[in-house]
Amino acid sequence: MMKTNRYVLSILVDDEPGVLSRIAGLFSGRGFNIDSLSVASTAEPNVSRITMVTKCEPQIIEQIKKQLHKLINVITVNDLTDKKYVQRQLALIKVNAQPDKKAEILRIVDIFRCKIVDVGLAHYTIEVSGDTEKHDAIISLLKPMGIIEIASTGAIALARENGK
Amino acid sequence: MKLNGAQILIKMIKSEGVDTIFGYPGGAVIDIYDALAKQNGLRHILVRHEQGAVHAADAYARANRSVGVALVTSGPGATNTVTGIASAHCDSIPLVVFTGQVPTGLIGNDAFQEVDIVGITRPCTKHNYLVKSVDKLAFIIKEAFYLARSGRPGPVLVDLPKDIVQTFVEFEEPGEISLKSYKPTYKPNKKQLNKVVDLIRKAERPVIFAGGGVILSQASEELTRMARMANIPVTASLMGLGAFPGSDPLWLGMLGMHGTYRANMSIGHCDLMIAAGVRFDDRVTGNIEKFAPGATIVQIDIDPTSIHKNIEVQIPIVGDCKATLAEIIRLMEEKDPKGIAEGKPEWLSRIREWGNAVPLKYEQSHDVIKPQYVIEKLYELTRGEAIITTEVGQNQMWAAQYYHFDQPNHFITSGGLGVMGFGLPAAIGAKAARPDKIVVDIAGDGSIQMNIQELMTAVESNIDVKIVILNNRYLGMVRQWQEFFYEKVYSSTNMENAPDFVKLAEAYGATGLRCTSPDQVSAVLTQGLNTKGTVVMDFTVDREESVYPMVPSGGSITEMLLV
Repeated sequence: MMKTNRYVLSILVDDEPGVLSRIAGLFSGRGFNIDSLSVASTAEPNVSRITMVTKCEPQIIEQIKKQLHKLINVITVNDLTDKKYVQRQLALIKVNAQPDKKAEILRIVDIFRCKIVDVGLAHYTIEVSGDTEKHDAIISLLKPMGIIEIASTGAIALARENGK
Repeated sequence: MKLNGAQILIKMIKSEGVDTIFGYPGGAVIDIYDALAKQNGLRHILVRHEQGAVHAADAYARANRSVGVALVTSGPGATNTVTGIASAHCDSIPLVVFTGQVPTGLIGNDAFQEVDIVGITRPCTKHNYLVKSVDKLAFIIKEAFYLARSGRPGPVLVDLPKDIVQTFVEFEEPGEISLKSYKPTYKPNKKQLNKVVDLIRKAERPVIFAGGGVILSQASEELTRMARMANIPVTASLMGLGAFPGSDPLWLGMLGMHGTYRANMSIGHCDLMIAAGVRFDDRVTGNIEKFAPGATIVQIDIDPTSIHKNIEVQIPIVGDCKATLAEIIRLMEEKDPKGIAEGKPEWLSRIREWGNAVPLKYEQSHDVIKPQYVIEKLYELTRGEAIITTEVGQNQMWAAQYYHFDQPNHFITSGGLGVMGFGLPAAIGAKAARPDKIVVDIAGDGSIQMNIQELMTAVESNIDVKIVILNNRYLGMVRQWQEFFYEKVYSSTNMENAPDFVKLAEAYGATGLRCTSPDQVSAVLTQGLNTKGTVVMDFTVDREESVYPMVPSGGSITEMLLV
């Protein structure tokens, strides 16, 4: 078995109906994995950016990139993995807030520079923005309090100015 | 000038230089058929099943070296095209398939004869479109043809809602196509080419492996010239047959599962392989670990995804085969023409020994017709100049082995997808493109029944095709596998309950001939080829004849089952 790596691809596509389905279909049809996916428009009209995280073997990522590029609606495929880039992911975490735990939760929120965006009698909803490691860390700290539910976006990423 | 969508469609198809399209009408395309009836210059051949339309368009494209066009209605008309589209996709054949669609206002409502054909064909087209505005129709059609024929060719589908083809609009010539996301690489990287020339000079045991890409890029001349300049023997995939003359002394025969002994052994022992326009299909490579183990591999392909997909190559070259081979020839001439041309006499004599040790052969019989013999005779009688289409299975492999193709675009077969029922509609398409040619479908008794209804198309349209049925009353290739690997349990492959093909031909208004003994083969073929109109020749052949050599699935291609 070859080692699998985590890859971050930033893909510019024509903003047309069906583009996402072409990409998703390519992955399912060829047995590639999608770890996370995030799509939104860019500053350029009719162009969207897809940030995709995938885990696979090094030789497979080459096929993935070439196959993506072969799709007529894909404009560029930028593999950020070995470049300098910033990456963010947004999550909303609803956590049990029993009176004896409230102070500790607030401390964790403070340390991680998160925000409380909703408060109830027995819960807090916390907004977390950061990279995957930060998300994993705060989730592991909040787990003992009792996480009620989590909603999370996929990663979004941009190359740094000198990291194109 | 005000035109409706249907008229724009016909105008645009004509402007692409297409003179014949294949189709079947229906409610969603009735306006297009109305417009077709009121124009001249675009011939429509009415098939009897939409699958036939796509296979015919596929063969038209190959025989004509242009783009094939099929036109069908929505719903079942559209879904019936899927097998044909998938076959053309596997074989990289330029097609544009127009499907009718329910009016835009009904899309998504599960309307009568509505199907999401754009969704269904997404993985088996090069690209596809749902036209949402008549203003964009002309441009989309132009783009569809451009995509179909450029780069690595392939099928493109355009879905046409009924209201779009009915709407009148001021017609404007669409501008030039320029896609920021699609720029195929035609010109190869020069540095890589210099390496290739050096490798050719140093190689002791070189082989050229040609594929369908050579035929698609019309690079046969260049390939032949390069091989002869440097005395390099040539093999080909099924799709590459005809890329190099089958009568040339450097020709090794086909490679792979049913390749010749000398072709497979040459690949097993070569130290340099120049692969042009191939994708290293599993039917060619067998066990990848044991495929050309000692070779430096050069791979030329216009599609970067073909490179490093199945096998590791040392010199990848992304580019058009024709442009690349022409440039290699130029560099060879410039650098050291003599040093290269000296060739490798030891290597060539070793290959000759392999050829002599195990030639392509079968045991002739005086009592029962051998299928290989029928093809040998057909080759003789047509002087190797016919366009041959095939069905899929033993008939296809024997055609590939025993009809020696000297020219490209003369062997038309469903290579990648392997579609039974391809040959008859393909013969119709090829003959429509090349009326000057004898066109023969080499069929099996199983395959021919998969699109037999197209006999009516051929007869009605006065398309003169000849059908040679190698009738063993078995699904022969599956039977062969069952004999070799499943203890002769002939599960569901016995086809003794077959129609009388002679009467069937006559029922469709064609000529039917039967041949049951080896000494009549020549006479029946001669009569069939000389009879005007569509002719079905039914040859009762040896029931349990097998295709040899054979590489068991997943084995090394140098370990063949021989007769």
